[in-house]
Amino acid sequence: MSEKLSREDLARLVAQDIQPGSFVNLGIGQPTSVSNYLTAEQDITLHTENGMLGMGPEAHGDEIDQDLINAGKVPVTEVPGASYFHHADSFAMMRGGHLDVCVLGAFQVSATGDLANWHTGAPDAIPAVGGAMDLATGAKDVYVMMSLFAKDGTPKLVPECSYPLTGVGCVTRVYTNDAVFLLTPEGVRVRETFGTTLEELQSKMDIKLLPPTE
Amino acid sequence: MAKFAATAQDAVAGIQDGATVLIGGFGNAGQPMELIDALMDCGATDLTVVNNNAGQADAGLALLIKERRVKKIICSFPRQSDSWHFDTAYRAGEIELELVPQGNLAERIRAAGAGIGGFFTPTGYGTMLAEGKETRMIDGKGYVLESPIYGDVALIKALTSDKKGNLVYRKTARNFGPIMAAAAKKSIVQVSGIVETGQLDPEVIVTPGIYVDTVVEIAPQAAEGEAH
Repeated sequence: MSEKLSREDLARLVAQDIQPGSFVNLGIGQPTSVSNYLTAEQDITLHTENGMLGMGPEAHGDEIDQDLINAGKVPVTEVPGASYFHHADSFAMMRGGHLDVCVLGAFQVSATGDLANWHTGAPDAIPAVGGAMDLATGAKDVYVMMSLFAKDGTPKLVPECSYPLTGVGCVTRVYTNDAVFLLTPEGVRVRETFGTTLEELQSKMDIKLLPPTE
Repeated sequence: MAKFAATAQDAVAGIQDGATVLIGGFGNAGQPMELIDALMDCGATDLTVVNNNAGQADAGLALLIKERRVKKIICSFPRQSDSWHFDTAYRAGEIELELVPQGNLAERIRAAGAGIGGFFTPTGYGTMLAEGKETRMIDGKGYVLESPIYGDVALIKALTSDKKGNLVYRKTARNFGPIMAAAAKKSIVQVSGIVETGQLDPEVIVTPGIYVDTVVEIAPQAAEGEAH
């Protein structure tokens, strides 16, 4: 592909990669936009960790019901076949490996799949973790969506995270505007690039990149 | 056997200084606002509060924190755009924070109600929130030992109770209600309506009345939307 993916195209790509029939949790922020590109044919069931399967789109106008919110506390809707459950059941569902995919944002991801996305480590910051560590731990696949480079140009896919960890060895894929990376037992494999090449990425990154498999 | 209180004030009477109070709700959904207001009025202080958050805006739990009635909060997500009363108290060193991943918070509460003395969870393993805690490798995967969280009192909100204290909830307002009801020595529940025993289908009861001590009916405010 000749140019970097836009945020919208990145969300569309993640949506396309989710297997039909999957149970999916989309994290707060950029991952939420993936829901805009899921198709009816995919028949994806969305989980929200405050206690619901079968979450529908954001509620507007008369649909708004203060008892029906998502994990970001945004009013949402329910789709036919939805179910409600308490918090311990909701997190047991995640921790127990029943969700197929969780999509999260990140500050950093390490080559071995460590995730840092909850705390900058700034000493004056008030820490807040929410469900970040639970989400990272339980899903069969954890996809991260992020920019590959920070504003200062340093890569965010790194040999070892410098930010406080959210989870160890949990990320399986990293979707960025420059490339999609598969974190495999052999190492970090580039699945595809957008507006760049493996060689160019390798020159800017501190981890060994493996070429796509045919 | 569940008792029925006439007012929220009557329902919370007897909460002592220094009590551990489990407060239901995730954001405003399921937050027992009138019970929290009554707790404020009853004057109990030095409280340890367990809630997912640390109060929103200028209502409910946020006001308890503003008035420095909470010495310690156990929660997963204190910092929000409108958590200014917590932020001020925390930065002044006037409230202790125990930060717990949300699923561990829920499971610790559940464990208390279920008589579990502790459990190994993978959540938080290898992170700073597991520092100082016992860990174990089980089948090649790292786990952290977590302990139950017991309450002296739980304040929760449900939709409907029958005269036996059996509860049903509404949508995502269920959140911490069922596990907090079980984890506290005394659970106090505000409901939008009370029905005769037998009018709730036994198949749909979420919290059996065995977990419920006090019920008070608080008519929902019109602004809260439909009750059913």
